[in-house]
Amino acid sequence: MGKQLIQTHQFANGLTLVTETMEGVQSAAFSIMVPGGSIYDEPHRRGTASILSDLITRGAGPYNSQQLSCALDDLGVQRHEGASSAHITFSGATLAGNLGETLKIYGEILKAPHLPKDQFDASRAGTAQALLSVEDDPRQKAMVELKRRTFPAPWGLPSDGELADLQHITIKDVQAQYESCFHPNETIIGIAGKIDFEEVKQMIEEIFGDWEFRAGREEPDLVPEEEKIFFTEQESTQSHIGIAYDAVPYGHPDYYAAWAAVGILSGGMSSRLFTEVREKRGLCYTVSASLTGMPGLGRVLCYAGTTTERAQETLDVTLQELVRVGEGIEESELERCKARAKSSLVMSQESSSSRASSIARDWYYLQRVTTLDQISEEIQQLTTKRVLDYIHTYPATNFTVLTIGPQPLEVPSDIS
Amino acid sequence: MIFHKVQLKNGLQIIAELNPHAHSVAVGYFVRAGSRDESTPVSGVSHFLEHMAFKGNEKYSADDVNRIFDEIGANYNASTSEEITLFYGSFLPEYIETAMELLSTLIYPSLRKEDFDMEKKVILEEIGMYDDLHSFTAYEKSMQTHFAGHPLGQSILGTVQSITDLTDDQMRQYHTDHYLAGNLTLAIAGNADWDQILELANRFCADWPAGTCDRPTDEATPAKNRQVIIEKEIQQQHIMQLAPAPAAQDPLRLPAELLSVILGDDSNSRLYWKLVDTGLAESAELGFNEYDGSGTWLTYLCSDPELTESNLQIFQEIYDEVNANGVTQEELDRAKNKIASRLVLRSERPMGRLSSLGGNWVYRQEYFSVEDDLKLLESVTLESIQELLKKYPLGHSTTAAVGPMVTIGD
Repeated sequence: MGKQLIQTHQFANGLTLVTETMEGVQSAAFSIMVPGGSIYDEPHRRGTASILSDLITRGAGPYNSQQLSCALDDLGVQRHEGASSAHITFSGATLAGNLGETLKIYGEILKAPHLPKDQFDASRAGTAQALLSVEDDPRQKAMVELKRRTFPAPWGLPSDGELADLQHITIKDVQAQYESCFHPNETIIGIAGKIDFEEVKQMIEEIFGDWEFRAGREEPDLVPEEEKIFFTEQESTQSHIGIAYDAVPYGHPDYYAAWAAVGILSGGMSSRLFTEVREKRGLCYTVSASLTGMPGLGRVLCYAGTTTERAQETLDVTLQELVRVGEGIEESELERCKARAKSSLVMSQESSSSRASSIARDWYYLQRVTTLDQISEEIQQLTTKRVLDYIHTYPATNFTVLTIGPQPLEVPSDIS
Repeated sequence: MIFHKVQLKNGLQIIAELNPHAHSVAVGYFVRAGSRDESTPVSGVSHFLEHMAFKGNEKYSADDVNRIFDEIGANYNASTSEEITLFYGSFLPEYIETAMELLSTLIYPSLRKEDFDMEKKVILEEIGMYDDLHSFTAYEKSMQTHFAGHPLGQSILGTVQSITDLTDDQMRQYHTDHYLAGNLTLAIAGNADWDQILELANRFCADWPAGTCDRPTDEATPAKNRQVIIEKEIQQQHIMQLAPAPAAQDPLRLPAELLSVILGDDSNSRLYWKLVDTGLAESAELGFNEYDGSGTWLTYLCSDPELTESNLQIFQEIYDEVNANGVTQEELDRAKNKIASRLVLRSERPMGRLSSLGGNWVYRQEYFSVEDDLKLLESVTLESIQELLKKYPLGHSTTAAVGPMVTIGD
């Protein structure tokens, strides 16, 4: 994999910097994770974080909204900001020489946003439009609703918020969320690319050194969902099926075994779901499974979209395949997972954006960075026995099943 | 970066932009065949054939193709547009021999009847999937209406009826007619050795049938004020509008790309500030699409149905203003900066270079390095934008709407 140069520093106010110096790229990318995601929305104010993530770039420090966009465009910054469950994340990439000026602007956004009252309605309307779009896209809706049912609230709630709550949210709620969430002590800045650590460290000290430490807030209580089977009637062309079951979270000693188990099901076109559901039976165009989670809790989420008359068979075959993997796995299946891991780890070194977000996310989950060599070693050491042991310890069972479409489906009682 | 090109005796063109420092290599076969090359009875065959390519040949079964690609950890796939079917993959440099052999296998598949019948079901599911994506429905209907009577109006996916009726013999005939070596370009970007590429290409491609296909590329002359409205009980209204724009071979295409960024980019553009920033619309975009011999301005609006009319009025006001007065030097410079940054960042990955490398060659028989592209971008002036607007003013000839609305004013 080649030597990776990963360096970290914690500033006096608690802000964490994680960097990776990369060879062969001209760019520098950043991922700033501020602990202000949707789980911190007040009940009946779900959507506050989403509005805040939009309003916060509508003017900061010396810039009004338009000046701020222009300044970042002039620096060639390709950027994105948005709310997830735990964070509001600001990410971007530009030519390495522009990094310092770019971070200065982000310093203004994080520390001195205007949160202009006169633009609050527009911001809220934008959030409403995004939520309406999900209502119109049954595939997306299926996954949003599946997460709601399989993760405890507030982690499983849609990070864009709830349509019915938006009308209750005021500018004061958004300002309060900013005040309580935007502080340096839990914020992580990941930077990767053609950079010098000492220079970057100094830049961050100059920009964020005066950002005041504030005591964190209380973490929200977790409320589990009890119901397991859901159906929403919608006049869609296809039936959209979501299936979820338990897995281990990122950071767990068995995480890479869990990753391989899901890879055997859905990694690449020779994987079991693609082969059995699509290639052998032609039941659908899209069928997939992925490993996802929150701190301390992992899930496998599956999706299949199919026309109504074939939906029952699609659900049955998909569930069978999820269970059947416990009966045994081939050496060759695991080898293919290892090959895919090797190539994706090597290729991740071609993307400063991918590395910046990886190292920041690693710090959040693990308080350290796993190097590509360490991941590679963990994966190459996996054996079929170890993966199968994992599957037996965490079997595909106790499913949450959600369907959106013209007709409800029958979930076999013996496996759910 | 070192550029190489060669043409095999059968007409296959091979181009490569090699970078010994890259971690990976990307390889793509660009086949000059898409929905515009189909006759009505075989509508959707190019795309269906793209799926069938993965079913293997005499040497490799469908399972083999997928399995071996996965064994080398390749990222691979294919796509079909109105004009190009592209088979591509990126992988670690040590696997180039296996990857080239497999990608070459895709170009001449066996097209077995039982595979054809099974894959037909998958294609019908794909049509169903797109039917639930309302912006796609609006796009497809706008293309069909705008280009009515012109080959570019033909659907990429085909219809449930045309796919159901299609036979494997018809597909074989289409394959024989279009998959001729002279109709193909093999493009390679990233870490590979040119001599090895030549050796592999000769081994896997030299016996492919020679020949090329003619494609009529007359510029479309769409009728004005055509509308198609599809009512659906959904929350948002989707509107696509098309108007003529420069073709892929027209030097005005670069000014057109810049103008689409100035007006219709998804952030910091004129439409963005008037419609998205204000919360009036979820999306308000102007795109520029180039084809062989024709081009389109594509206006897309997604918003609350009740705001559609007033939002379209805002589009019209912005277009009228730009048609009359052009844009400012500051806007032009900013758009150049945006595109330049995207170009440079994308080029850091071989896979990011492949589409522009192949696309430039297929449409224009030209090679542009990233530096060349940046220079070309720099050469665009306000005068060239004026020339563009004079020849291809912003506006719309065609409107397609998907959503709750039953009428759209013009």
